Amino acid sequence: MSARRTEGATDRPLVLANLSRRGFLQGATALGGFVLAAGFPAAGRAADPPKYGADGMPNGWVDDPLVFVAIAPDGTVSITCHRSEMGQGVRTGMPMIVADELEADWKRVRVVQAPGDEKRFGNQDTDGSRSTRHFFTPMRRCGAAARTMLEAAAAKRWGVPVGEVEARNHEVVHAKSGRRIGYGALAKDAAQQPVPARDAVRLKDPSRFRYIGKGQLKLVDAPAMVNGKAQYGIDTRLPGMLYAVVARPPVYGGKVVSVDATETLKVPGVLKVVEIDASPAPAQFNPVGGVAVVANNTWAAIQGRRALKVVWNDGPNGSYDSVAFKAAMQESARKPGKVVRDNGNVDAAMASATKKIEAEYYIPHLAHAPMEPPAATVRVTGSKAEVWGCFQSPQATKDLVAKRLGIQPADVTVHVTLLGGGFGRKSKPDFAIEAAVVSKAMEGKPVKLTWTREDDLMHTYFHTVSVEHLEAGVDGQGKPMAWLHRSVAPTLFSTFVDGAKNEHALELGMGVINVPFDIANIRIENPEAAAHTRIGWFRAVSNIPHAFAVQSFVAELAAAAGRDQKDYLLEVIGPARRITPEALSDTWNHGESPDRYPVDTGRLRRVVETAAREAGWGRTLPRGRGLGIAAHYSFTSYVAAVVEVAVDAAGVISVPRIDVAVDCGATVNPDRVRAQMQGAAVMGLGIATLGEVTFKEGRAQQENFDTYQVTRMAGAPRETRVHIIPGDYGQPMGGVGEPGVPPIAPALCNAIFAATGKRIRTLPIRDQLKA
Amino acid sequence: MTSVTVNGRRYNVNLPDDTPLLWALRDELGLTGTKYGCGMALCGACTVHVDGQPVRACQTSISAVSGSKVTTIEAVGTDRVGRALQAAWVDMGVPQCGYCQAGQIMSATALLKRTPKPTDAQIDEAMSGNICRCGTYVRVRAAIKQAAASQSGATR
Repeated sequence: MSARRTEGATDRPLVLANLSRRGFLQGATALGGFVLAAGFPAAGRAADPPKYGADGMPNGWVDDPLVFVAIAPDGTVSITCHRSEMGQGVRTGMPMIVADELEADWKRVRVVQAPGDEKRFGNQDTDGSRSTRHFFTPMRRCGAAARTMLEAAAAKRWGVPVGEVEARNHEVVHAKSGRRIGYGALAKDAAQQPVPARDAVRLKDPSRFRYIGKGQLKLVDAPAMVNGKAQYGIDTRLPGMLYAVVARPPVYGGKVVSVDATETLKVPGVLKVVEIDASPAPAQFNPVGGVAVVANNTWAAIQGRRALKVVWNDGPNGSYDSVAFKAAMQESARKPGKVVRDNGNVDAAMASATKKIEAEYYIPHLAHAPMEPPAATVRVTGSKAEVWGCFQSPQATKDLVAKRLGIQPADVTVHVTLLGGGFGRKSKPDFAIEAAVVSKAMEGKPVKLTWTREDDLMHTYFHTVSVEHLEAGVDGQGKPMAWLHRSVAPTLFSTFVDGAKNEHALELGMGVINVPFDIANIRIENPEAAAHTRIGWFRAVSNIPHAFAVQSFVAELAAAAGRDQKDYLLEVIGPARRITPEALSDTWNHGESPDRYPVDTGRLRRVVETAAREAGWGRTLPRGRGLGIAAHYSFTSYVAAVVEVAVDAAGVISVPRIDVAVDCGATVNPDRVRAQMQGAAVMGLGIATLGEVTFKEGRAQQENFDTYQVTRMAGAPRETRVHIIPGDYGQPMGGVGEPGVPPIAPALCNAIFAATGKRIRTLPIRDQLKA
Repeated sequence: MTSVTVNGRRYNVNLPDDTPLLWALRDELGLTGTKYGCGMALCGACTVHVDGQPVRACQTSISAVSGSKVTTIEAVGTDRVGRALQAAWVDMGVPQCGYCQAGQIMSATALLKRTPKPTDAQIDEAMSGNICRCGTYVRVRAAIKQAAASQSGATR
């Protein structure tokens, strides 16, 4: 096991970091104020040229080696990771990029976690599958600049031209004289060297990468994760710390009418109850309010909450009912809605079609259910506060805790722990604000506020619920001439903007508007849907319902035409071409430049062909087994999955094998790309087969893992083979954390159709196949 | 006052008798390696060994273990099988977020001590009480097999 230290705080003299910053400036103009953290390109003034990628994110990027790299006299290289680790391996991958360009020996690298401070580190909002694609190049420059400074220091010491020396595996070498000197011995002198100008930084040729793209390095946090020492948000312990849980309004938008804490205060260990003000809907990232129970330990707080008598006013969402809402959404989906893309003449083409086919799909609310529920600890000291927790968006945490406490963001320190899963839930720092309110009410004492599993499942920012209505007019060969897709789903923007009822550009750009199909007449409509609970983003977001509907429907058309599903899918995708987002009416394009990131149907075709070939598409299977395929473009990556399903006589599903082909461009850590695809396959199967949150009288009906079911070992695929399409480091990169999820549910349902002839249109499948 | 023996050390815990072992470990003894995941013995994140048997600490009161030996993830590495599993976990890159892995390793250790060469079905049965939302199951299965193989080599 590695002895590498991975703690978060600097505890030794680090020479390079002790000097003031020079030369390097921040990449993008810092955008003042808090911008929605969902990864939306920050809106500039109308006259400003549009900014894309990392440039378009709040506080952009930073590539200053003096910010990210420190070298101690003993040669230990500390590399700061400014993105949050939630299982994607970013604390290994991001420092690996710097270390490679720096020619650092990985065995002598330690990883330091950055506190929340985007002015210093650049954007830290870890979601949208963006870390690698936004920071690969800045981190390369950062490592290369530090390497250049070490080389310059060595050349100066030896009195030789800098062109004659070369940094190589933790030392600088002068080949002519055979002299060599270690990084530790050079650190002090290197720090005196000017930081080279950005355009003078010489990046490695990718053929000389030591770590990038190799996948041989072990995860920096794995040793601590297997011996219990890894620190998550829920693990924070401070001297004199108190513990709290919160009773929240059971209905979104509800309020406390009265509280009787008599019995609560009799529970041994309970100290106090603290009311948290409700935030009027839309609550944004603010707490929904309620009553906190503060105690000497978590269990006492939970017991105290159980004894609490609260009368709630449910507010206008008290009648929210999933069954009625589904019917209302179906009604909307059957009537024309706001047209969000219109190519050709769908009505005329439908009228002249040989046959018209339609289908409707339903995907329920989901809860992220990270294994570590939200947890934050806050200590308020005078006009300052310190925060510890599992945050995907440390800067938003800093800004909003400051705002709620009425202090300056600069006076709030946010320590980012490991995240025990995130999946989008931990982008929302409401739980840190709750802890801040309670700490303040307890005279600033440190308070760890923990969400129980029930809190997590009943009060999360739910994945939306949706009805997807599709119609196609096909010609005599069964080929679609017309495509109509009506997507009805409450928007996540309803959590931020009062009365938002239409899908935002970023939701439409997740696989409904930007279908890159070779069909002349396409119309996409978005009828309204009001939200009655807190909607948020969940790993892969709207791609989940959109891909499920689109990829199921293409398979339905193939079946109606009597065609092979894979061949038919390729035909609908059409020939290899690069489509501008504009041609698809996609104004979002994942916040990326339309020139650098067009939709490339050649790449989409290639993942389909690769997954099919590797899965042995067309092979003969025993009775009750079937293969299904689905492909989806999301977060600028292309993923296709072939699922092999087995359905037994009792209608029980198992999955012997999944083949996933992914084209995310060039990779930094291919083993983590594989891990993300394997994990996404499991999550996708869970969404398809088990996951559902329902509402009655405004209340989420699932409280724990007995009723909110997720995939377990026995339900996981026996085997998941991941096929990574080789990429070019000169080309833009794609996301990895999310794109693996969307193709799984449709591929599974297409496989079930192949195995049984039964078409699943409503998720989860649960016992739909049972006799 | 309840007395519990954890990882070979005796502690006097000044909490009500019915306090779950999980919260005594985490909040009183500072052993935070044992994780909270559901509080209802549904997810396995809090798995510890009581006299060698895997139990869910969230549904086990401190009074129920006062005469027993409790082992947590912090000490499972002192056991040969536990150590082999930890090594396999790191070697095969099992963890993603890592949060559930303490419980996974505690369940896997109990499995291999009982069944040194488990079949897929035995692994599924022993491990299906442990939820991983990152979906590391395929690698968990493979790492258990690797650790089992390394152990059969070691004892021969």
